[in-house]
Amino acid sequence: MAINKLLKTTALFLMLSLQNVIAAPEIQHWVTENGARVYFVPAMDLPMVDVRLVFDAGSARDNGKHGVASLTNGLLAEGAAGFTAQQLAEKFEAVGANFSNSSLRDMSILSVRSLRDDQYFYSALENLKNILTKPDFPASAFKRELNRMKISLKASKQSPSSIADEAFYKALYGDHPYAQPSGGTDESLALIKLADVKQHYEKYFVAKNAVISVVGQLTKQEAEKIVNDLVADLPAGQRAEPLPEVKPLTESKTIRINFPSRQSHVLVGQIGTQRGDADYFALYLANHPFGGSGFASRLVDEVREKRGLVYSVYSYFSPMRKHGPFQLGLQTRNDQVDQALDIVTKELQKYVESGPTEKELEASVKNITGGFPLRVDSNSKLVEYLSMIGFYDLSLDHLNTFVGKIKAIDRDKIKDALKRRVHPDKMVTIIVGEQKTDG
Amino acid sequence: MRLFASLGISLMVLGLAGCQQNVKTSDDFKIDPGAEVQTHVLDNGMKILVKEDHRSPVVVSQVWYKVGGSYEYGGITGVSHALEHMMFKGTKNLKPGEFSDIIAENGGSENAFTSKDYTAYFQRIASDRLELCLKHEADRMRNLVFDEAEFKKEIEVIKEERRTRTDDKPTSLTYEHFNAAAYLNSSYSQPIIGWMEDLNTMTLDDLSQWYQTWYAPNNATLVVSGDVKPENVFRLAEKYFGPLKPSVIPDAKSRIEVKQHGQRRITVKAPAKVPYLLMGFKVPVLKTVEEDWEVYALDVLAGVLDGGDSSRLTSELVRKQEIASSAGAGYDIYSRQNSLFLLDGMPSKKISMEKLEQALINEIEKIKLTPPNEDELNRVKAQVMASAVYERDSSFYQAMQLGTLETVGLGWQVKKDYLEKIKSVTAEQVQAVAKKYLRDDQMTVAVLDPLPIEGHRVKPATGGSRRGH
Repeated sequence: MAINKLLKTTALFLMLSLQNVIAAPEIQHWVTENGARVYFVPAMDLPMVDVRLVFDAGSARDNGKHGVASLTNGLLAEGAAGFTAQQLAEKFEAVGANFSNSSLRDMSILSVRSLRDDQYFYSALENLKNILTKPDFPASAFKRELNRMKISLKASKQSPSSIADEAFYKALYGDHPYAQPSGGTDESLALIKLADVKQHYEKYFVAKNAVISVVGQLTKQEAEKIVNDLVADLPAGQRAEPLPEVKPLTESKTIRINFPSRQSHVLVGQIGTQRGDADYFALYLANHPFGGSGFASRLVDEVREKRGLVYSVYSYFSPMRKHGPFQLGLQTRNDQVDQALDIVTKELQKYVESGPTEKELEASVKNITGGFPLRVDSNSKLVEYLSMIGFYDLSLDHLNTFVGKIKAIDRDKIKDALKRRVHPDKMVTIIVGEQKTDG
Repeated sequence: MRLFASLGISLMVLGLAGCQQNVKTSDDFKIDPGAEVQTHVLDNGMKILVKEDHRSPVVVSQVWYKVGGSYEYGGITGVSHALEHMMFKGTKNLKPGEFSDIIAENGGSENAFTSKDYTAYFQRIASDRLELCLKHEADRMRNLVFDEAEFKKEIEVIKEERRTRTDDKPTSLTYEHFNAAAYLNSSYSQPIIGWMEDLNTMTLDDLSQWYQTWYAPNNATLVVSGDVKPENVFRLAEKYFGPLKPSVIPDAKSRIEVKQHGQRRITVKAPAKVPYLLMGFKVPVLKTVEEDWEVYALDVLAGVLDGGDSSRLTSELVRKQEIASSAGAGYDIYSRQNSLFLLDGMPSKKISMEKLEQALINEIEKIKLTPPNEDELNRVKAQVMASAVYERDSSFYQAMQLGTLETVGLGWQVKKDYLEKIKSVTAEQVQAVAKKYLRDDQMTVAVLDPLPIEGHRVKPATGGSRRGH
């Protein structure tokens, strides 16, 4: 990614650069005729292109049929425009293109990385266009992929961390769509029909519900041409309807799940932030010295460095379309779980009351601002940022204003945000592991 | 790694004090303007490799040591990895954790990883901060402090790491026991993180001796990739690593695996829900092979079987026959010692493990009977060719490749030949190596046999109280 080359050498920039401010590349944005939002950054150094399509069609759009979003995403490349899954895979691989697809709670993602050379690139694009706009959803593939989802779901039940995750979201989100796992449940997978998949595709895989990000060796004219062609056959449709608001927890809740593992997996949390949240930067910065900065964090210091109780302990805010979780996690030997849980609970309480020290805050600001260039130092990281900015309607200067927004936050703002937004007396706690037996 | 995988390339992934003297001027460094990688060797034997990438004002710095799990012997398995953890616990000049704090305050991120064949420490940071990394890496290469209290806590952290990664993960547990069954005398039989019993009896002295034996400039390589000028890197390396005294490094015992006389087979019973199959065949690697086309042909064979969604295992076993819910193949051409060509899979519903195993074997037998077709071969080669471009998007990955090749003793130049060597592999060569190496009497099979999760109880005394004095 040609950050250096993209910077405009205006007097203003020269002045800024002397103050050691590193700018992110300028993002070009337009909307196609049928309403797809496009985000583009040219990167002329390497003869390659990344194209990433994100639809507001993740499992939050399952509409009660848990798993249908993920299944739809997975079936797109299982037959399209009359080509079999085998033929579609061969077409990508014959030109060295990497195709991948995945589905989260908010996003349904398709991405292709290709060589720039016309003979490879246009072949990969044509194949992507077929997968995107002409999926066949063969009945045999539907049955097979559904069976594979059932096995994945079964395998997740042998993993204490997956069990903890599922229980955490369920307890946190209640009847909100975020409560359900993207991979579905035993009950829901038994009921999904091919018609559900087709319906999901027709409703959500439409231009107005799409964000397309492109980073690579292309001019803007070239990028416009390829994106227009890629989505030309998508109906305009509508953006997905707003998701319901998330209700905050009203009281603390502890759920213990017995599992024959040597360690107990612990998750503690509550509702956190959403994208575009007014408190986003304050809470992101607040979390950094607490549990978001690895060895520099209080949690790692207290639980791992001082006591040797865990290998991993962390906390984070995971902002989503609607309020994502604020989550603390750790794993420790079963007989140490109460001790470890006690420490993190008290640390959280203390932190919400008094916030970070000046020294901690300064160290975090230095790390986040000094480390900014590392966040955008490759095409793959940039194309993910573009998707995130587009999908969540963040401003185009999000990357360029990031450092300034972090620097503008002081201890008082952090303490205020923590007091308003983090409630240690209303937390969900999940403990998966071998539970103590009485006597 | 302190935070990430220490299992080497697991099948699931395949299918992952400065001193102020002796400062030289840039005139002393030989820079070849056309070369992809610039190299320099310090007088004390330490190698420096620099790969320029000026796309962003950042740099990756990695210090690689020629020591890892495969250098260990019975009773001290896991000592390389444990030492890696202690390398963050302070030096004569810095307090425990202080190096990490310095890197963090300068906007960097840092960590380390331990493999079978190497231990490496890295930082990612703004390119004008490289000097900090080199200064403190040089410090901990020679001035590490071994504190008993720090060790007592850290060994417990490592045991927790082992529980998370291996003991409570049935597929990882199967992989660990599979390796132990596949190799008799080769050190590749040992887990990188160490057996729990060895962690229970490990002492500070074991770590300190390991450090004294292997951590020296003449057993290390510095790899720097990013927005730097090679001559500047060489100058800084001279300044900080140059004054360090070299050591006499012992030859690692070769421990060449004895010939296998017939198939080996194990079962791992653990609380689980889905069975899992692992198969491995004894194969040479680039370092050990007599005719190097053989290992490139094995690499192409892995691609024919599992190089993307069009490859044979996905095409036949997952999509066409619906025998496997997932299946994979993997081979690491750059190991230091002979290793295994691996296959793995999870069965579809109501498919027996025997049927899954037979289906995997059938795919190998098909290649033995008929060489792969041109289209298949070309797809594998196209992907390798494209990867050579894509990997330039990651400075870290490129530095990893250079460091690995240098540290296993192949030399970084091998990377330059890779694409051409793969391109020249023929269908008949792929068939030939399948016939020569993927034979029944060279095979080890491990099956994860799930025990019910409900009602199962973990045995007590899982370590922590039995450490020796």
